[in-house]
Amino acid sequence: MSQKKLALILVIPAVVVIFGIVIYPLLNALYQSFFNTNLAYPLLTKFIWLQNYLSVFKDIYFWKSLYNTVYFTIISMVLELIFGFIVALVLNEKFFMKWLVRTLIIIPWAIPPVVNATVWKWIANSEYGSLNSILKSLGIIKEYRIWLSDPFWSMMIIILADVWKYTPLVAIMLLAALQTIPEDLYEAAKIDGANSFRRTISITIPLIKPTIIVVLILRTFEAFKVFDLVFVMTRGGPAFKTTVVSYFTYLETFSQLNIGRGSAIAYIIVIFMSILSYLYIRSMKDNIN
Amino acid sequence: MKINLKYRSKRVFLYVLIIIILFFTLAPFLWTIISSISTNQELLSAPIHIIPQNPTFERYKGIFTSTDTKMVAFKRGIINSSIIACGVTVLCLVIGTFAGYAFARLNFPRKNMTLQVFLFTNMIPPIVIIIAIYFIFSKLKLLDSVFSLIFLYSSFILPFIIWMMRSYFLTIPKDLEEAAMIDGCTRIGALFRIMIPLSTPGLVANGILAFLMSWEEFLFALILTTDKAKTITVAIAEFTGKQYVDYGMMATGGVVGAIVPVLITLIFGKYIIKGLTSGAVKG
Repeated sequence: MSQKKLALILVIPAVVVIFGIVIYPLLNALYQSFFNTNLAYPLLTKFIWLQNYLSVFKDIYFWKSLYNTVYFTIISMVLELIFGFIVALVLNEKFFMKWLVRTLIIIPWAIPPVVNATVWKWIANSEYGSLNSILKSLGIIKEYRIWLSDPFWSMMIIILADVWKYTPLVAIMLLAALQTIPEDLYEAAKIDGANSFRRTISITIPLIKPTIIVVLILRTFEAFKVFDLVFVMTRGGPAFKTTVVSYFTYLETFSQLNIGRGSAIAYIIVIFMSILSYLYIRSMKDNIN
Repeated sequence: MKINLKYRSKRVFLYVLIIIILFFTLAPFLWTIISSISTNQELLSAPIHIIPQNPTFERYKGIFTSTDTKMVAFKRGIINSSIIACGVTVLCLVIGTFAGYAFARLNFPRKNMTLQVFLFTNMIPPIVIIIAIYFIFSKLKLLDSVFSLIFLYSSFILPFIIWMMRSYFLTIPKDLEEAAMIDGCTRIGALFRIMIPLSTPGLVANGILAFLMSWEEFLFALILTTDKAKTITVAIAEFTGKQYVDYGMMATGGVVGAIVPVLITLIFGKYIIKGLTSGAVKG
């Protein structure tokens, strides 16, 4: 059997599953986005060119949800990188029962997002939650707070839940990169009189930069998909402060039944993601050269 | 003496840091477990009780014995999620290993383009395609079915598995395979006798990742299931709904939904860590 034929047989099942369930709906969504389909008024459906897109661009709530998503993405990613780096540095040291610590640390990563949301919703509960109870007994807050109805803190609690779940993953990836750095480099720098802070800045960070970029890319795309946390913890409230684009599209489609407009929003997200991935790939190439 | 003191204070600092990290890592979930076995009276009093005075396992019993519709749905959710996760794991491993091998070792037209399109599909937020999928599935009468969820989940987990298996196969020296082929093995024979046995750790890691990803999926299940195919994540979300505020049940549902993935992770931690890092470091 020729190589080409064998390759075809091996790849075709994957192509069928992936393209059948992803590519066709993707094209179908593009088609829908040019119609004013609303399931509440199915008979009025007609082709309306780009009007869905124009109406989305004029919709202040769309921009708010995009802003919320970017806000969520940037803050959670920065926190995950900082905490992940600290955890990775600790795990790179030798200490008692290291294998156990290393296993325990990935537990949050294994917890499903819906459960993660439930855990933090309960912790942040305004009357019986442990967050209020602990902060009050430490004297940090005077009155119990309604965290998930607060315009600023609701988003921060969602970010906290995300950071809790994904810091272990970031730490493990950074740790793998740290372990590839040869010990001699640090020894040489020590002899040259560099202190440990200096060694981190001039040796560790530049050498693990490719991994940091991979983490940034993975986390951006994942963060843009965030839905479960918002759905369980806040349903987009208070006052739209935690409505991210996924949740906004969900509302538009499955509660307003505005299929055409929902598809247009979906497509704007695809275009946005494509630009983002293009920029990332370009910056990655620059880094390698 | 001075060096010794410096070394010691450094060690103390390290251990303090480890304790802080472990506290923040474990406390939230431990707290959920504690809440699930506390009496309602304790849950609904402030300040909180860290150690339950009268631990109760009634809620766990309730999930498996109660005839309340929410509990029955939850029980069915556990079964559905197990079937789906196992189905996806098998399907992804079989198809993903073959495709991964082809991308690693064989030459065929449009190879790179196909791989890039696969990876692109992995990047698309599910909300984008779910609208169209909902209408296609409702036309084909595929809504609320465990089998359609298995295929659906496979479609977005497969690109990831293919990519990981490809990277894994690339690390196996070509000579091994070639030697077997000189000895009279066909390419397929060499794949089954040499490549697959050598990549067992990779298969285990990818199988676990596929299982975990399908176990924790929520958005597709929320929209595409109504009753008989409801998954555990949807059932848990229903415990947290606005009309139904039973914090103890909410915590119990969370613990039951997390226990399978947590145990798998604790048992296979080493494989998972290897699997997660190999792709990222080699790029």
